Amino acid sequence: MSTVKLTVNGKSVSATVEDRTLLVHLLRENLNLTGTHVGCDTSQCGACIVHIDGKAVKSCTTLVGQIDGANVTTIEGIAKGDQLHPMQAAFRDNHGLQCGYCTPGMIMSAIDIVNRHASDLDEETVRHELEGNICRCTGYHNIVKSVLDAAGRMKVAQAAE
Amino acid sequence: MGVEGIGARVARKEDKRFITGRGRYVDDVKVIGLTHAHFIRSPHAHAKVKGIDASAAKDMPGVVDVLTAQQLVDDKIGNLICGWAVSSKDGTPMKMGAWPAMAPDTVRFVGQAVAVVIAETKNQAKDAAEAVVVEYEELPAVSSMTTALAKSAPQLHPEAPGNVVYDWAIGDEKQTNDAFSKAANVVSLDLTNNRLVPNAMEPRAAVAEYDEAEEHFTLHTTSQNPHVARLVLSAFYNVAQEHKLRVIAPDVGGGFGSKIFIYPEEMVALWASKKVRRPVKWTGDRTEAFLTDAHGRDHMSHAEMAFDANNRILGLRVKTHANFGAYMSLFSSSVPTYLYATLLSGQYNIPTIYAEVMGVYTNTTPVDAYRGAGRPEASYLVERLMETSARQLKVDPAELRRINFVTQFPHQTPVIMAYDIGDFGASLDAALKAIDYSGFPARKAKAKAAGKLRGLGFSCYIEACGIAPSKAVGSLGAGVGLWESAEVRVNPVGTIEVLTGSHSHGQGHETTFAQLVAGRLGISVDQVQIVHGDTDKVQFGMGTYGSRSAAVGMSAIFKAMEKVEAKAKKIAAHLLEASEGDIVIENGEFKVAGTDKAIALPMVALAAYTAHNLPDGMEPGLKEGAFYDPTNFTFPAGAYICEVEIDPGTGKTDIVDFVAVDDFGRLINPMIVEGQVHGGLAQGIGQAMLESAVYDDNGQPVTASFMDYAMPRADDVPSFRVSHTTTLCPGNPLGVKGCGEAGAIGSSPAVINAITDALGHNKIEMPATPGRVWEALQLRQAAE
Repeated sequence: MSTVKLTVNGKSVSATVEDRTLLVHLLRENLNLTGTHVGCDTSQCGACIVHIDGKAVKSCTTLVGQIDGANVTTIEGIAKGDQLHPMQAAFRDNHGLQCGYCTPGMIMSAIDIVNRHASDLDEETVRHELEGNICRCTGYHNIVKSVLDAAGRMKVAQAAE
Repeated sequence: MGVEGIGARVARKEDKRFITGRGRYVDDVKVIGLTHAHFIRSPHAHAKVKGIDASAAKDMPGVVDVLTAQQLVDDKIGNLICGWAVSSKDGTPMKMGAWPAMAPDTVRFVGQAVAVVIAETKNQAKDAAEAVVVEYEELPAVSSMTTALAKSAPQLHPEAPGNVVYDWAIGDEKQTNDAFSKAANVVSLDLTNNRLVPNAMEPRAAVAEYDEAEEHFTLHTTSQNPHVARLVLSAFYNVAQEHKLRVIAPDVGGGFGSKIFIYPEEMVALWASKKVRRPVKWTGDRTEAFLTDAHGRDHMSHAEMAFDANNRILGLRVKTHANFGAYMSLFSSSVPTYLYATLLSGQYNIPTIYAEVMGVYTNTTPVDAYRGAGRPEASYLVERLMETSARQLKVDPAELRRINFVTQFPHQTPVIMAYDIGDFGASLDAALKAIDYSGFPARKAKAKAAGKLRGLGFSCYIEACGIAPSKAVGSLGAGVGLWESAEVRVNPVGTIEVLTGSHSHGQGHETTFAQLVAGRLGISVDQVQIVHGDTDKVQFGMGTYGSRSAAVGMSAIFKAMEKVEAKAKKIAAHLLEASEGDIVIENGEFKVAGTDKAIALPMVALAAYTAHNLPDGMEPGLKEGAFYDPTNFTFPAGAYICEVEIDPGTGKTDIVDFVAVDDFGRLINPMIVEGQVHGGLAQGIGQAMLESAVYDDNGQPVTASFMDYAMPRADDVPSFRVSHTTTLCPGNPLGVKGCGEAGAIGSSPAVINAITDALGHNKIEMPATPGRVWEALQLRQAAE
């Protein structure tokens, strides 16, 4: 067992867990943050993606013990109160989701993609970058559309800040 | 219609919870005292279970119990059933091998459960499972239909000699043979329809609770049809009585058919919750999904088409072998028969058809309905054959289709189906225009100059949806009726709840169903709440599959709404002192036509519940229900054109353009309809180019994870160009046909037809991976 201190969605969290505990299980089982999902056992599907210190990481492949002191943001932590994150709003407006299961991972991954590609984001780049996120419902068409739409909205939001 | 009524692109009401992480899926459900189940599964494809020693496991930390297959037998829990009776052509019933939820003596596929560990945590259950010793005596296994049908093949079930499920046929054999004897040309083709794994992103899961005092069970489960689950669990599996079992299918993360069936794990979790007197949760991992979710497709076919001298089709002859896997899953028998062979007429006038289907057992995961269920196999066969025929007969593939299209409706095919309406030429014309067909030779030449091979392929599919009139499916062997129910409750304040037996697992019913109600009353969709997925709330329902929720589920809501409106108009007329026939509903008000007299919906609703001033003899309240049984299947149809470019150096194929023109009848929410098409197209392209469930000769699955099974990813598929033509379905009050499966049904043949066009020959099977395409190119070069 080890004790780990984290900041999760802006709140300090201290957890004493088995050494084998994965971040996704800490989030889901201990912290009741069930928006982060598990869709595979091989780190392929990306339903579990969260941000660790601002970067998209698969929480199913991250031991809690590896990230002592880290700042973790999950799908539950990106809206500001009732104001959706531009990526969330873009997914809704462009019908970028159907069953919703891959959606949290898609959104967390997509925010990271937009953050890393300030000016050179095009359809091909989005499709390539989403390689680690599997969706079975949408055929990706409207997900790609959502990400490109959100990239514009995020720029506007950043300019306003 | 209001702005949020039928035809409006309304953003989905359900999205807010999904995009904020507040969806509630089965694995998110927590209850006090919860235990966790982990199944012990056979590593062998075929073996005798000689003994199970769980003594060490029972002493492991956190272990509550280890339950074995024999205990299920002792408790008289029923075997899994197949709910659709299909007989062989000699009249003998299908041969159903016994399928216990856990195997007490023989395992017949890798992954079949023999025991289950129940522990305080999931990890403790997994740890203890390592300590359970199962002694197996391996038996020879068959993984392909060819080996299963060999004379000396190991036999799977004593009930099924020769590993044959049934040897079924449809159509007129003699008439068809006669047509072939008169043919000017006969085109033949051998086809493999590859086995697929549905892979809904949410793995199956169950949370079972037993209330000892009430002798009552609650099951949260990943189901497309919770009422059918309750019926089967009670009537056939003997786990719980129907009135003592509540089944809840909350948010469900995709289904694609695989969550129709009532699987061993849900059944065992329910049984175990009473056994250990604690709630039990089981959540499958992805490998378990590969091993135990019903697979799809897996056909081998030989097909021949006869033409006269004018290239008109004279007849079609088909022989298909369908792999059932090790057991007959819930609706498996209907998929390669009544959902497949009845669509072999395609969009064409075919005077006579004869199709034989042999069902075969193998030591593999059971096969059942997967998005399209039989119809993709039919459209693949017909559309590959049409394209091949066009090339052999040296006719333009669009033209060959056009001269054989059905143009008069209703049209009775030789294989049961009676097409009600359609305009196949209109869809084809729109697709040809969209792809710029006349510009293709120039594009091909340009690609050639750049060292690439360009090809174009068609697919003019038709399918049967809205499954279906209960009487009709009953006469074909279905064990259930296929109507749908709805209840519309107008609350005293005028807000509305609609209870439906349909189940949404991505389709957006909470929005589209609300659009129907909002549009009729001229109110906002926010005033309407759709309730589904809970047997304690919704009285009964048949669930969502076969693209039936709009055509059947919404039609039931339509019927219930008519009753609600009729009563509300009576109340309004009484309150306004007007004649009932003069009342019209507009913008949420009941108006006396041609006057300024009006009363708002909430006032009518309130009057219904206060009951202080109702017409004489009227019952209080404003709530009506309806059961809707369709009069026919619906027949969505369309034309898809795929254009590919192959890199001859690597065999890598890019889809450079994909045009889909569908006729779904009236569209409720075009945004959602387009999304359904996109998803279906990706699954069909996945089948054509990427996906295949592979077993080795001993029945070991080689593709049991996302590392080995190629799911379509974002950069494997293009953006799609989707549009619509419209003929309104005459069979239901909304004129809708269904759009959930079309993409998966129509796209695979278009892709392969494009690839074979680029290759210049027909020798390639799905999935057309770069390796296979490269090999096919070497064949071409050898021929040259």
